[in-house]
Amino acid sequence: MNGPFEFTLRLGDDALIAAQRLAEWTTRAPEMEEDIALANIALDQLGAARLLLTYAGELEGAGRDEDALAYLRDDREFRNCLLVELPNDDFAVTMAKLLLLSAYQLPLYTALAECADERLAAIGSKTRKESAYHLDHAALWVKRLGDGTEESHRRMQAAVEQVWPYAAELFAPDPGAPVDPAALRAEFDATVTAVLAEATLTRPESGWAPAGGRDGVHTEHLSYLLAEMQVLHRAHPGAKW
Amino acid sequence: MYGNDFGAPEEASGGGLLGEVEAAEAALREAAARQRRRVPASDDDLAGFFAEIVEADQKIEPRDWMPEAYRKTLIRQIAQHAHSEIIGMQPEGNWISRAPSLKRKAILLAKVQDEAGHGLYLYAAAETLGISRDELVDLLLNGRQKYSSIFNYPTLTWADVGAIGWLVDGAAIVNQVPLCRCSYGPYARAMIRICKEESFHQRQGYEILHTLAHGTPAQKAMAQDALDRWWYPSLAMFGPPDGESTHSTQSMAWKIKRFSNDELRQRFVDMCVQQAEILGLTIPDPDLRWNDERQAYDFTQPDYDELMRVIKGDGPCNRQRMAHRRQAHADGAWVREAAAAYAAKRAVEKKEKVAA
Amino acid sequence: MTDPSPLWEVFVRARRGLSHTHVGSLHAPDAELALRNARDLYTRRQEGVSIWVVPASAITASSPDEKDAFFDPAADKVYRHPTFYEVPDGVAHL
Ligand SMILES: [Fe+2]
Ligand SMILES: [Fe+2]
Repeated sequence: MNGPFEFTLRLGDDALIAAQRLAEWTTRAPEMEEDIALANIALDQLGAARLLLTYAGELEGAGRDEDALAYLRDDREFRNCLLVELPNDDFAVTMAKLLLLSAYQLPLYTALAECADERLAAIGSKTRKESAYHLDHAALWVKRLGDGTEESHRRMQAAVEQVWPYAAELFAPDPGAPVDPAALRAEFDATVTAVLAEATLTRPESGWAPAGGRDGVHTEHLSYLLAEMQVLHRAHPGAKW
Repeated sequence: MYGNDFGAPEEASGGGLLGEVEAAEAALREAAARQRRRVPASDDDLAGFFAEIVEADQKIEPRDWMPEAYRKTLIRQIAQHAHSEIIGMQPEGNWISRAPSLKRKAILLAKVQDEAGHGLYLYAAAETLGISRDELVDLLLNGRQKYSSIFNYPTLTWADVGAIGWLVDGAAIVNQVPLCRCSYGPYARAMIRICKEESFHQRQGYEILHTLAHGTPAQKAMAQDALDRWWYPSLAMFGPPDGESTHSTQSMAWKIKRFSNDELRQRFVDMCVQQAEILGLTIPDPDLRWNDERQAYDFTQPDYDELMRVIKGDGPCNRQRMAHRRQAHADGAWVREAAAAYAAKRAVEKKEKVAA
Repeated sequence: MTDPSPLWEVFVRARRGLSHTHVGSLHAPDAELALRNARDLYTRRQEGVSIWVVPASAITASSPDEKDAFFDPAADKVYRHPTFYEVPDGVAHL
């Protein structure tokens, strides 16, 4: 079950669902400049998703391309983590999600760039630079919101508490995988702890560790996200776009 | 960086316009190099000096003396243009989440992002005339400045994204290429930058329609329906007919505007006919035909009463577009305040460090 | 309400060997954000290898060619910023 196909699919689904959520900000960002920045990050995630899903399809060998995987699977077949499917909520929640995601993706892609699988290594060396930028952007905003006004501090702290439990799922051990997520936890913790401290935020303590995304057991949100994303493609079976 | 991995037939989608942009850029440099007396003779000579620069096809720059009405006209026009870019993100943004392939999703997202960039270039150009972006945004949000009426129509199907790229961006290019030669330097330079990006927009739209028109019967019907709904509103983008256009004559004299509304509309129609033929779609105008004498197509004018109604606020989506923009602005206020507060704290720390 | 976010002038070096060229301006509350915004706004097509951002208020301009009559006593006003200065030769498609 944990072959390279499954592993690649997880990464691809993380990136795809993250892109879909980030793109929802288009025309809605707090400032026009930020509209552009969020679109850039969404485009990076989407680009990574396309590379990863294309490769996953090849590994599977069943003739599915990126679009077949993105548009013709149901939520139970998606392997993304729960973190990325959570609704955007306010800007603080979006930045908290991005902080956790990018603090996970950066060491993941960095390790991937060194792995034995050439295709994955090539993808990793491209995407790690993008992840570094995403992390930088998230950290920049978490600091500004955490150490900005009273209201922004309150919202940012609440946002961190809201999404923090979903970090646990990212690091579930998978010793057979090209990169074992469990090995990334220490770097993730160091990164996030430093950002939160500088942002005058408290790192939450949580015993609750929701999971299931990697097995296709998602939150209620994913099915709605997919319904919207897939509606047109599914309405015209076999059509080219 | 994004979305360059496609290409519509060059000659069918206005590739020549990009050449015109480059010609405008070359002309700008050429005129700048031309000899002319460097400064006004005296304070009584300001208007004469201004007229001389315009006459020589050189550029008026932010700190130059300029007639108050010139400044006001430019602020109104550039601001309206900037607002159009920003509001114009909404109808296409409406389809990002449902784009039917990942490639189309990436292209559309990059395209809508470009429009935000255009808005920002233009706000910056307007600011050189002595008005702040905050003021301009307020004027938009309280309805005192307008944006292009085309964005008050809904995008009902995916084909509308194609139609907007082909027709709306196409019409915008026809309108904007001459603005690359506008007498006001910051506006001309912003337009050069924008027009280069717009040609990608038009091509991606054309390619969407081309794919649909050569796809399943349902897709072809979708494409035709989009053309039927967007054709006349696109013609109306060039504004009222010349006889009724209020600002035209003075703007032409100042070289802000280079061609009349009707001239540009005609140029657009002449371009589109052959492009529609290649698509295999029918322009919804039974009276559209070549006029050998005029060496141009005769066509049915758009409904200008409808245009006026939409401009006044009674288009299908005026209220929705404005509510969306106001909501985004209001929802973001706490974030902008936080960023300002953070910056203020850091500035104080810096001062204290220097003092210590 | 907060103060309007300050204006920054953006300079990009498109390729190694060329000097930084003014490409436009933008608003940001501080330098760090200004730099990030500049990257996103002015180098979306990977035009830049190096970016400078300068507070518009920190620029002192001399422009004898421009008579300066209209905006006269307000040399420190934001709207006098030298935005969109001409792109010099050799930097096509900037
Ligand atoms: Fe545009
Ligand atoms: Fe456009």
